[in-house]
Amino acid sequence: MAVTVPRPRLNWRERLYLPAIVAGLAITFKHFKNMLLGRTKVTMQYPEQKWDSSLPEHYRGAPALVRDEAGRVRCVACQLCEFICPPRAIKIIPGEIPSTDRFAKVEKYPEAFDIDMIRCIFCGMCEEVCPEQAIFLRKDYTITGFTRAEMVHHKEKLLEIGGVVHGVVLKWNEKK
Amino acid sequence: MDSFFIITSLLKIAVLLGVILFMVSYAVYAERRVSAFIQDRLGPNRVGPAGLFQPIADMFKLLLKEDFTPRNVNRFYYWLAPCLAVMPAIITIAVVPFGSTLFGVPMVIADVNVGILFVFAIASLGVYGIVLAGWASNSKYPFLGGIRSSSQMISYELSLGLAVIPIFLLVGNLRLTSVVRYQIEHGWFIAPFMGDWTNPWKWLLGIPMIISFIVFAIAIFAETNRLPFDLPEAEQELAGGYNTEYSSMKFALFFLGEYAAMITGSAVMVTLFFGGWHFPGIPDGSHGWIFGLLNIAVFFAKVAMLIFIFMWVRWTLPRFRYDQLMRLGWLFFFEIALINIFLVAAILPTIPR
Repeated sequence: MAVTVPRPRLNWRERLYLPAIVAGLAITFKHFKNMLLGRTKVTMQYPEQKWDSSLPEHYRGAPALVRDEAGRVRCVACQLCEFICPPRAIKIIPGEIPSTDRFAKVEKYPEAFDIDMIRCIFCGMCEEVCPEQAIFLRKDYTITGFTRAEMVHHKEKLLEIGGVVHGVVLKWNEKK
Repeated sequence: MDSFFIITSLLKIAVLLGVILFMVSYAVYAERRVSAFIQDRLGPNRVGPAGLFQPIADMFKLLLKEDFTPRNVNRFYYWLAPCLAVMPAIITIAVVPFGSTLFGVPMVIADVNVGILFVFAIASLGVYGIVLAGWASNSKYPFLGGIRSSSQMISYELSLGLAVIPIFLLVGNLRLTSVVRYQIEHGWFIAPFMGDWTNPWKWLLGIPMIISFIVFAIAIFAETNRLPFDLPEAEQELAGGYNTEYSSMKFALFFLGEYAAMITGSAVMVTLFFGGWHFPGIPDGSHGWIFGLLNIAVFFAKVAMLIFIFMWVRWTLPRFRYDQLMRLGWLFFFEIALINIFLVAAILPTIPR
């Protein structure tokens, strides 16, 4: 059934359109003037101003490896993160710690630990699954590079982002 | 034809062309900034101080893009159209007096005695650029854009012509320099009572002059395809309109043409209604070269003001529907302009020559 939409009956002032046009021009000019006088609040000027200081604690940025108080890489190359990683961004080559080493009891360390940051989806599953609390998602988010090879974070880079963490997992300390 | 005349003319052409192209490129920048400010944004502010080198970056971007010619276009007209879009807008400026005199040289390239007729004749050629672009593209949407443009131009050219007749009734001469001369002696046409505040007839003359100005301004908006009348390039309806099939610098030329038309339109409006290069209290160039330069500065300042109004209106008003556009052109502005002529003719005998 056809519905007749009632059109509003305009009086002569409304039909002249000029008052409406002038009102519209006044509104836009007010915005222009406020912007010119710096009264308008505008968006953050990104590369100059950053929101780093207001990032929440739970922010998930780039994943990183950490060292413990003694300077040991906390990762024990168990490869759980490699298996859990949904986009398969992590690649670990485990190596054995020689028996003469101070940390010989730990047995394994990652010889190579690569995270392909083109693949990484910042889901944080690696952090969640890690039994050693060795991998954390840091607050770094400006990860760029000119080549694909540049976008792979190797072990040194990951440790550089990670730094030292005084963690709660201390089971290896007892067996030293 | 002495060599002095030729050399000064060539110099004027070169300088004015440079100024116009400079203004065109910065009008694009200004448009982006003004629109941003109106919408509470910042606009381009990265390239150079406050984004002032943005036009250079834009130009390089457009020049370096692939200049693609679709297979089924009419090649000759396809290439001709962008040139035709820019050329008329720039030629029109030749008859507009942009200053008084500088070192005794009149600051107008060609002071022809058919001034305003020349402006209308050349400015209406601008439609060929758009119509040819639409037709040669061999594509639906550009074609519709071209058709809309031609009908719009024809409709509004009438009001454009009729709106300025009152001025020439008063001046009695089509030469644009004499229009300016008349305004210096008798007050600007937008406010004819200027300098003669006690004459009630001059105040009465103000009414038809303002009507004339409004009709002329709206017709110029339509002629330059600016927003309330930008049906030929209605992005939402026609996917870009007549320039859909164009790329790279050919696409940019349409935009340069639009902005050049806007600048010349403003220049003509300044000459006809705002006293050209005249500003109360500033003598003309015969009193010293510094005043000659000041006159030119005043002229371009007025043009810049009008360009700002063009942009302000563009970012305020929505587009007309096609039938509204036609109704407005033929049923309102045409009649208003016609009646306006009779009004001025009735007041005319009371105005002292």
